[in-house]
Amino acid sequence: MGEISLNINGKVEKHDVGDNTLLVDFIRENAGLTGTHVGCDTSQCGACVVHIDGVSVKACTMLAAQAQGSEITTIEGIGTSDALHPMQEAFKENHGLQCGFCTPGMVMSAIELVSKNKNASEKDIRDGLEGNICRCTGYHNIVKSVKAGAEKMGG
Amino acid sequence: MSEGIGASVQRKEDKKFLTGKGRYTDDINRAGQVYAHFVRSDIAHANIKSINTKVAAEASGVVAVYTGEDIDVGGPICGWVVPNRDGSATHEPPHPLLAKGKVRFVGDAVAVVIAESLQEAKSASELVEVDYDELPAVVNLETASSGAEIHEGMAENRYFDWELGDEEATDNALNSASRVVKLTVRNNRLVPNPMEPRSALAEYDELNDSYTLYTTSQSPHLTRLVLAAFMFQIPESKIRVVAPDVGGGFGAKIYVYVEEAVCTWASKKIKRPIKWTADRTQAFLTDAHGRDHINNIQLALDSNNKITGLRVDTLANLGGYLSAFAVAVPTYLHGTLLSGLYDIPAIYTNVKGYATTTTPVDAYRGAGRPEATYLLERVMDQAAREVGMDQAEFRRLNFIPKDAFPYQTAVALQYDIGDYEPALDKAMEMIDYKNFENRRSEASKRGKYRGIGVSSYIEACGIAPSAVAGALGGRVGGWESASVRVDPTGTITVTTGAHSHGQGHATTFAQIVTERLGVPNSSVELVHGDSDRSPFGMGTYGSRSLAVGGVAISKAIDKIVEKSKKIAAHLMEASADDVEFKDGKFTVAGTDKETAFGDVALAAYVPHNYPLETLEPGLEETAFYDPMNFTYPAGTHIAEVEVDPATGVVEIVDWAACDDFGNLINPMIVEGQVHGGIAQGIGQALLENAHYDENGQLLTASYMDYCMPRADDLPSFKVGYTNTPCTHNDLGVKGCGEAGAIASPPALINAIINALSPLGVTDMSMPATPQKVWKAIQDSQSVAAE
Repeated sequence: MGEISLNINGKVEKHDVGDNTLLVDFIRENAGLTGTHVGCDTSQCGACVVHIDGVSVKACTMLAAQAQGSEITTIEGIGTSDALHPMQEAFKENHGLQCGFCTPGMVMSAIELVSKNKNASEKDIRDGLEGNICRCTGYHNIVKSVKAGAEKMGG
Repeated sequence: MSEGIGASVQRKEDKKFLTGKGRYTDDINRAGQVYAHFVRSDIAHANIKSINTKVAAEASGVVAVYTGEDIDVGGPICGWVVPNRDGSATHEPPHPLLAKGKVRFVGDAVAVVIAESLQEAKSASELVEVDYDELPAVVNLETASSGAEIHEGMAENRYFDWELGDEEATDNALNSASRVVKLTVRNNRLVPNPMEPRSALAEYDELNDSYTLYTTSQSPHLTRLVLAAFMFQIPESKIRVVAPDVGGGFGAKIYVYVEEAVCTWASKKIKRPIKWTADRTQAFLTDAHGRDHINNIQLALDSNNKITGLRVDTLANLGGYLSAFAVAVPTYLHGTLLSGLYDIPAIYTNVKGYATTTTPVDAYRGAGRPEATYLLERVMDQAAREVGMDQAEFRRLNFIPKDAFPYQTAVALQYDIGDYEPALDKAMEMIDYKNFENRRSEASKRGKYRGIGVSSYIEACGIAPSAVAGALGGRVGGWESASVRVDPTGTITVTTGAHSHGQGHATTFAQIVTERLGVPNSSVELVHGDSDRSPFGMGTYGSRSLAVGGVAISKAIDKIVEKSKKIAAHLMEASADDVEFKDGKFTVAGTDKETAFGDVALAAYVPHNYPLETLEPGLEETAFYDPMNFTYPAGTHIAEVEVDPATGVVEIVDWAACDDFGNLINPMIVEGQVHGGIAQGIGQALLENAHYDENGQLLTASYMDYCMPRADDLPSFKVGYTNTPCTHNDLGVKGCGEAGAIASPPALINAIINALSPLGVTDMSMPATPQKVWKAIQDSQSVAAE
């Protein structure tokens, strides 16, 4: 056990946790931010994607301790229901989600994808989302959402 | 902009999901909560000689350890049975909550360890010693009947042996046919894989001697019924089941599994809330799998290429235990669909359902109808090739003509309405079918084989007319409930027994209310998923939510309108017969009198000026709707592919879907359902397969090994519609949730065979992996060289 202090969405979260605590568990169980989801145990599905210093990371793949000193942003930190992030807005307008479970990770990956490539083509988007699995949408509307989100973000 | 029926209204539920405020079962915690972890069999088939839990029970943080011997309540039950050909009943072996004396698949729960933390529960579960006496695994469906006995006294490992149709007439058709087309196909085993793994949080209330179970369920009321009446044998009122936000279901979350029941049972034993959430490998091992049939098909044609008969002999793998609807899937959801959208005078089918030492198999998106469509559309293509007809024209020749409805099939169903040629024509137009050969030649110059594949499908949705289901062996009703409560200020709360886990009911059900009562969509609130807050209902599966649940809402609104007219008549001093209601306003025919819906609502709750002597105050109505027939969505999907002969990789270059779902409530949501269904069908045809080795080990039990469709595996889709409104429900709707998964696999496999047909390839099994496709190309070339 040891105290871990992480900056999540601009707020310091200090908790005593086991040394082997995964970042995703710290976010969900200790910080109480349940928008970051766990859909697999092999870092394949991407439901747990958060940003660490602006880079998208699967939070099930690193220890909480490894994130000390970094700025962590989760889905709760990018927009609110009154002021959605442009990418969140684009997903809503283009029906880019159904059950909502993969959505937080998908949106976080999409934001990073667009921030790196403002004029992403359909192929770029499909390749870029290869690490996020969605079982509901068939990706058609997700791709459409990311394109629209890129435009809204000033691409 | 309209927010009523037919408008692509944006979803009300999206904001919470997009901002991380969804509330799924695993997001919920209770004070004093402990964690369950299950000890599972790592052997497919074995007798349990002994289980030693002593060391585990004394480990750090452990609260309790239970085995099958401790459990004093019943296990999962079978919700549907069929008669055998010899008149005997389906064999229903017991399924204990924790294994008793024997394990029957890898993943079978043997013991549960409950501890203060999940980590302690997991660590301690490794200290549970189980001594097994291993028995031979039974994995191969074709030889299951001669495998080791799985359930005591169940001969040949056969759960049932069922038939439907006229065998004599069908055999006569085959004997007198000018051509008999024969084909054997396998419908590969799939794992449903909703992205949210199953989860349960069970809590016992000592004061009321009652339980609350939060769980990932498509049908919370059925879960309560099964838990209370069949497993625990306690009053239903003593269990509350809440299915909060649920992250996808696809069939896998219909049933009551052992884990949810064990947690609920144990919450009373230890008097603390218990949480269990599956990790992905547990989900692969224990969520009911889908498909896994082998079909032997014989299709009789006359000299004009018209179908005269069809015989299908099917083997269905149902796994180590009989899951709730496992029997219905290969029989009444499969055998009854064998006429497809074709005029076939004689059909006979025999289905044998076998136990194997694998995970139980049950309904997965489409449930029986994808299997029926796959075998039929494969044999239709084979027949077209054999007689030298264009695949689309051969189908057209055999379609049930549009003036033949209602059409009685040879396999029990009566299709109320349909018109299949326009959907075929539109899909052909959408994909530019007539210029395909030019595209094939162009691709050939680039060294690619290009192919086009057609699949015309029908499905029976809106499950189910209770009387029909009951006559066919169903043990539950098929109706749905709804209540519509008008608040004093005119806002509206709708409760439904259906459950949304991605379908968008909060939006679409509100659109029905908006259309009928003229209130804004934002004034309508949907309550669902809580057995304490909504009337008993059957849940969501079989594309039934709108066709049954939506119609129940419409029926409840009818009652609201009828009562409102009486109140409005009183307020306007007119006769109720003269009152008309439109766009949220009551008017009196031939006068300028009018009163708003909101005024009527207020009068109902503040009845100062109100006909109290003849009418109760309040404005709330409940309706239970039991459909007269199934609904019959149908359509045509056409896939176009390019095969790279160097790698065997199949690229989907175009996809056109034209579906007849009857009237659409929200086209945006319908289109999303179609996309998702197609993606799952493409997954089945190209990527996915639950693979067991000969010892019964599931080799594909993680996303590293089981190939889920990802964004870069799929194209964008062209989606179009035709519309013949359902004739027997008030909304004229048919259901759209499963169509994509039903139509798409044969379209894709037919396209691959079409691409490789110049090489002489006539068969391809699912999934058509690059290795398999490459090998088919190599084999055809070596045949050509001989």
